[in-house]
Amino acid sequence: MQRGACDYLIFDEESGTYIENPEQIVRDDVEKHHWLNVGRMILKDWRLYLMLVPMILVFLFWRYFPMYELLGCFKITDSVKPVADQYYLGFSNFKNLLVGGTGLSSEFWRAFRNTFLLSFYGLCFGFPMPIIIALFFNEIRSNIVRSAYQVITYLPKFMSTVVMTSMVTMLVQQESLTSGMGILSQLLRNIGLIDAEVARAGLLNNPAFFRAIYQISGIWEGAGYDSIVFFAAIIAIAPTSYEAAQIDGAGKLAQMKYVVLPCILSTIVIMLITRIGSLLNVGYEKVLLLYNSNTYVTADVVSTFSQRYGIAGAMQGLASAAEMMNNVIGMLLVIGANTIARKASNVSLY
Amino acid sequence: MKRKLEISELIFKIISYTLLTIFAICCLYPFVYTISAAVSGEYVVRYNDLILLPKDIQFEAFSRMFNNNMFWNAYTNTLFLTFYGTIWSLGISILGAYALSKKRLLFRKGFNFFLVFTMWFSAGLVPQYLNYLDTKRVFNAVGIMDDKWLVVIAMGMAAMNIILLRNSFEGVPSEIEEAAIVDGATEMQVLWRVYVPMSKSIIATVALFFGISRWNGYFWARQMISNNNEHPLQVFIRLRLEEFTDPDYIAGWNYNYAPDSVIYALIVCSIVPILIIYPFIQKYFAKGVNAGGVK
Repeated sequence: MQRGACDYLIFDEESGTYIENPEQIVRDDVEKHHWLNVGRMILKDWRLYLMLVPMILVFLFWRYFPMYELLGCFKITDSVKPVADQYYLGFSNFKNLLVGGTGLSSEFWRAFRNTFLLSFYGLCFGFPMPIIIALFFNEIRSNIVRSAYQVITYLPKFMSTVVMTSMVTMLVQQESLTSGMGILSQLLRNIGLIDAEVARAGLLNNPAFFRAIYQISGIWEGAGYDSIVFFAAIIAIAPTSYEAAQIDGAGKLAQMKYVVLPCILSTIVIMLITRIGSLLNVGYEKVLLLYNSNTYVTADVVSTFSQRYGIAGAMQGLASAAEMMNNVIGMLLVIGANTIARKASNVSLY
Repeated sequence: MKRKLEISELIFKIISYTLLTIFAICCLYPFVYTISAAVSGEYVVRYNDLILLPKDIQFEAFSRMFNNNMFWNAYTNTLFLTFYGTIWSLGISILGAYALSKKRLLFRKGFNFFLVFTMWFSAGLVPQYLNYLDTKRVFNAVGIMDDKWLVVIAMGMAAMNIILLRNSFEGVPSEIEEAAIVDGATEMQVLWRVYVPMSKSIIATVALFFGISRWNGYFWARQMISNNNEHPLQVFIRLRLEEFTDPDYIAGWNYNYAPDSVIYALIVCSIVPILIIYPFIQKYFAKGVNAGGVK
């Protein structure tokens, strides 16, 4: 920083002359020895900084080093050499994916669209369900009955993705020599929603059903559990609000509209914003466990695309380029959502 | 006026009870069906003669699993990964969160950003995969041949959980810490004797999050653990599912239970321990969701 003469000299009333400013000398000293002081403070609290070390090492090794590995998508794919020794290729991987005109680029765009659509449908159908369930929970006055309902509806959340998808697979499986069609396919066929042929071939082998299966199993798994947040917001409403509304002659629906909804609106908005922020983070594990080559048309998302080409296949540069584009857009969405949430409610999500 | 109010309330109550009951049945039915199908006879499962209660009861599908060494191996491996993985992740998280909760920590904002950035942006599957391969090479070079340790050490940290802990530690009044320091407590003692007991419930919640994610871990365990004997339960279930729905594998099936029953039995075996501890851990889960929702 530039210093003017007036910083260093002050007028001394007693002698009537200008003398050196002692405060500025101290300030200069602190500035000159800034890093020394930082070192001293760290030394004084070295135990505190030592506690940080394991966390930083773990995140550095297994979260940040992979980001360095991302440089691989600008380079010639050659898994034998380490990333540092490979030759730069520029943006050709990205070009292949975005405009290539090959089968790959159309496959990438399909995966990108599927990623977006799976989340978007989740937003449309999966998001309102927990709110509705929380409203219903509120109607049950008996604590024991409500706890029973809550315990039952939270239950599917505790199953692992593998167990959940195994159950789904079995419920809608195809007919084979040793087993009949899944019980759910049978039910749908009996009430006339799907053809016998379709049911027999297995719903998971039919691209038309993948999105529905994904969303419905998502609701089955998470709706009860996700209602916890909204239910907590609802029971925080003071009973006097309801009483006041009742005195004013509000029926049940009017109470919903003018008491409950405004009170839980901030929770809903924050949850919605979080949800929008993670629009491009589709859980790859669930898709990976549910899809097969018959359903790529509707099921393939960017992470499974890159898993297929980069981990199962050998096109690592291309696969990481695909996921990087997805994740960068995803990051912008998260940051944008967080900024909006902070502006809207003064609560930061992170 | 009064009467109209009561009717609308009654209708709403009936609707909510009905729909909740339907939803609860939908949640519960697959589990009941799974248990029934695991103990039903071959022809019952083959011809879909089963709706709710088991018929033609057999327990051979279960005993086939129980007599399989690989199954017990997988169970032990999952317990190993869950136990050590939770301790490892939780220990590192508590230490880091404690340091981050201190206002006097220099570069506090920087460290926080270092953490939060991993929630915003992840490198993706392929770079992570390459990174784990390198890690595996390094581990093997220093003599850790067991891939289980790779899964325990390299995977399963979550910035979110550290932030939950940090927020809880920040809520501990600084007077208590000062009092402890006056009494001659070291930093480690302050953490262990003051902070940890005071945020017991959030630590339990975070431990539960870690434990559940370790118990459920599938993808990376399957990718990184090359030895079949070291596979955890989730990988074991998936491999059996792929095996038993393969027409070639079940071509000459000659038992009094259907191949599906084996998978159902396996699913039942893997969820029973969770069902047993579920009533005890459920309240911590509810707490964690509310703490994690808005910060």
